[in-house]
Amino acid sequence: MNPLLTINSLKKQYDEETVALNGVSFSVHEGEFVSIIGPSGAGKSTLLRCINRIIDATEGEILFDGLNVGNQNKGQLRKLRTKIGMIFQHYNLVNRLSVIENVLHGRLGYKNTFNGSLGLFTAQEKKQAFQIIEILGLEKQAYKRCDQLSGGQKQRVGIARALIQEPRMMLCDEPIASLDPNASKIIMDHLKNITTQMGITCLVNLHQVNVALKYSDRIIGIKHGLKVYDGPPKSITKNQIYDIYESEAGELILELKDQNEA
Amino acid sequence: MQIQESIYHLWINSTKDKSVDLLAKYNERKPFNKTSFAIKITLIALLILTIYSFYTFDYKNLIIIDAVKDTLINMRTMFFGASLRNFTILEGIRQVSFTLGIAFLATLTGGISAFFLGLLAAQNLSTKLVSNVVKGFVSFVRAVPTVLWVLIFAVSIGLGSTAAVVGLTFHSFGYLLKAFSESFEELDHGVIEALTACGANWWQIVFQAVVPSSLSYLLAWTFIRFEINFVEAVAVGAAAGAGGIGFELFMASARYFNIREVGAITFLILAVAIILELTSSRIKTKFIK
Amino acid sequence: MKLDYFSKKRWTGVIFLAVFIVLSIWVASYTRFDLSRGLGSFVKAFNWTISSFYPDSASLVRLPAILIKLRETIFMAIASTTIASVFALFFALSGSKVTQVNSFLSIVSRGIASFSRNIPVVAWAMILLFSFGQSSLTGFLALFVATFGFLTRAFIESIDEVGHEPVEALKASGGNYFHIVFQAVLPMSLSQIISWILYMIETNIRSATLLGILTGTGIGFLFDLYYKTFNYHAASLVVVVIVIAVFFIEFLSNYIRRLIL
Repeated sequence: MNPLLTINSLKKQYDEETVALNGVSFSVHEGEFVSIIGPSGAGKSTLLRCINRIIDATEGEILFDGLNVGNQNKGQLRKLRTKIGMIFQHYNLVNRLSVIENVLHGRLGYKNTFNGSLGLFTAQEKKQAFQIIEILGLEKQAYKRCDQLSGGQKQRVGIARALIQEPRMMLCDEPIASLDPNASKIIMDHLKNITTQMGITCLVNLHQVNVALKYSDRIIGIKHGLKVYDGPPKSITKNQIYDIYESEAGELILELKDQNEA
Repeated sequence: MQIQESIYHLWINSTKDKSVDLLAKYNERKPFNKTSFAIKITLIALLILTIYSFYTFDYKNLIIIDAVKDTLINMRTMFFGASLRNFTILEGIRQVSFTLGIAFLATLTGGISAFFLGLLAAQNLSTKLVSNVVKGFVSFVRAVPTVLWVLIFAVSIGLGSTAAVVGLTFHSFGYLLKAFSESFEELDHGVIEALTACGANWWQIVFQAVVPSSLSYLLAWTFIRFEINFVEAVAVGAAAGAGGIGFELFMASARYFNIREVGAITFLILAVAIILELTSSRIKTKFIK
Repeated sequence: MKLDYFSKKRWTGVIFLAVFIVLSIWVASYTRFDLSRGLGSFVKAFNWTISSFYPDSASLVRLPAILIKLRETIFMAIASTTIASVFALFFALSGSKVTQVNSFLSIVSRGIASFSRNIPVVAWAMILLFSFGQSSLTGFLALFVATFGFLTRAFIESIDEVGHEPVEALKASGGNYFHIVFQAVLPMSLSQIISWILYMIETNIRSATLLGILTGTGIGFLFDLYYKTFNYHAASLVVVVIVIAVFFIEFLSNYIRRLIL
């Protein structure tokens, strides 16, 4: 089976001194749950944003479902983006609008300028939005303004907005970095369900190694813009994690992990 | 691909509430959105009032197209053929300095009075009653346009720099009082409590805690008011004959009908205004938030 | 060491204050500002107000005429602000870092706004007076140009506050430029934008009074007329009417602000 996403020697250079990605290659298969781990500033966020071209890569090739992402024109790119959902560390919701309005934003890629700008959605789309809201347990909040929600609820709105796109893959940029442990677990469980039950591929940037080890089918370690590990969570060694996070910090994370398992 | 999408729909459709129509259920729950209703009403009201305004305007038999053409031609002459005739560039700079001087003095007098009354208007340093009385007084002061303040004072002391400064002081005072009292109110209540516990009296608290912690704010706001006062001083100079570059502008336009001179004076004012704006926006980003 | 710190701090303060006082005295003498006369004027103005600057029964006859001119001034303020805000919104959208189409257009929009804002409204009025004469349009256009410049800057700040996050999210789900503007940027900034419009209407009523004196229109013209003919009772009635009008509009816009912010 062909991989859903293939990345070939991807490079991203912001200016002469800042190189975010320095030739990263990997591929992701349909239905996989892949976590990308690495220290802050390693290039994880840039990597995700290159995949749906929120950021344009400097060099290299990205193939999504057989399409070369870099070659798409404006209209094609919008169409491609509807197939890739994205959720963010800071949720990136339009805070003054209600939950349902934010969820429906996920349909904008399918809309023309007029209908999309005025927020004219079909009954079918609204129905779908309410269904997804119920699946994610937000039915009581449907008409609440997003600035009145807790962090965990906001992230669920973010997930709903991505799901209504009917995506084939989800890009998750630090989805739980601003959440408490309880909310984090809820969000990670939802993401895992999305992969196992709906068959949507997940590519998740994570800070928490123990969470990555627990939920992922595969781990990719990134350091200084380079891939340093790629394999199943079972076979990653302590030393490899030390190496990714540069010694002491790694120790701290693994201690946490031992505690969690105990 | 086919398989994946069908799983998606199966999963979406497997939710509860199949019996009731989902949309109807949520439509019933939809609350009334007061904010967006208020926004819509406001925008519609503004639109209607604006259209109505054009019916009530006094056009004085003006042929608008001609006037617009004339203005464009005038503006070209003004800005590309600017020159001084009735006075030299040195005199122009002197007049600008005069206007800056008026603005400076008005900012100073307004700032000093705003500082003391601002202490009384700050709710953490004053009582609620005193604070409200001061704030009520300020809103009256602000309701009267600056030029009217100048003209009212000109009756008793005659037109000139003194009347201009006094007239400009009122709005400077009103503006700065609001800014100052809000800066004072930002002081942590615990600090006042701590100093009171040490046995400090009101003036000691003001000069040892309130002033040191809000000084940079006060100075920043004062400069921003100075920028506004320059423009106000130009206006008062023109409309109330209080002197300075504003008066020269008025003379060049309404007395001598010399558009080239109007252009030159406008450039002079523009240059000063842009320098002041750049300075104050730098001060703003540095000291205020 | 300790002593050094305190004396240093004290000396900086003293020197700063001394320089400031010298500067003030110099500016005062340069502009021929007389502090004692300025302070004395408060007493004089107060006495004068009590003795002759109040509306008497004779001046009340003029109330209908004053109200008609007041209406003209208020409408001038509202119309100029509303129209200016429409233009300002377009310029702000192309000027803000969040929604700019490209950086060249952004610089051009900011430049035009800065030009129209930094030439004082009085100067615009004097320029327009040549061709538009003493009609309402002179004041309207002068207020329009200055308000446009000010609101563009204010709107740019409001739009910048929206930030890149919601924009990024809508882009990621395939939204185009107009989707982003109408579904993310405007919903986030509209309350702030309306608040600025209301603020500008309040300010423009005062500015329109000033312009009225210069262009012979509206309530400013009427004040000037009464003032110059020493009809102080009628002039004071104009002031009272303006104060009431400003209070009313401030009350209304504060009420709207409470609803939308």
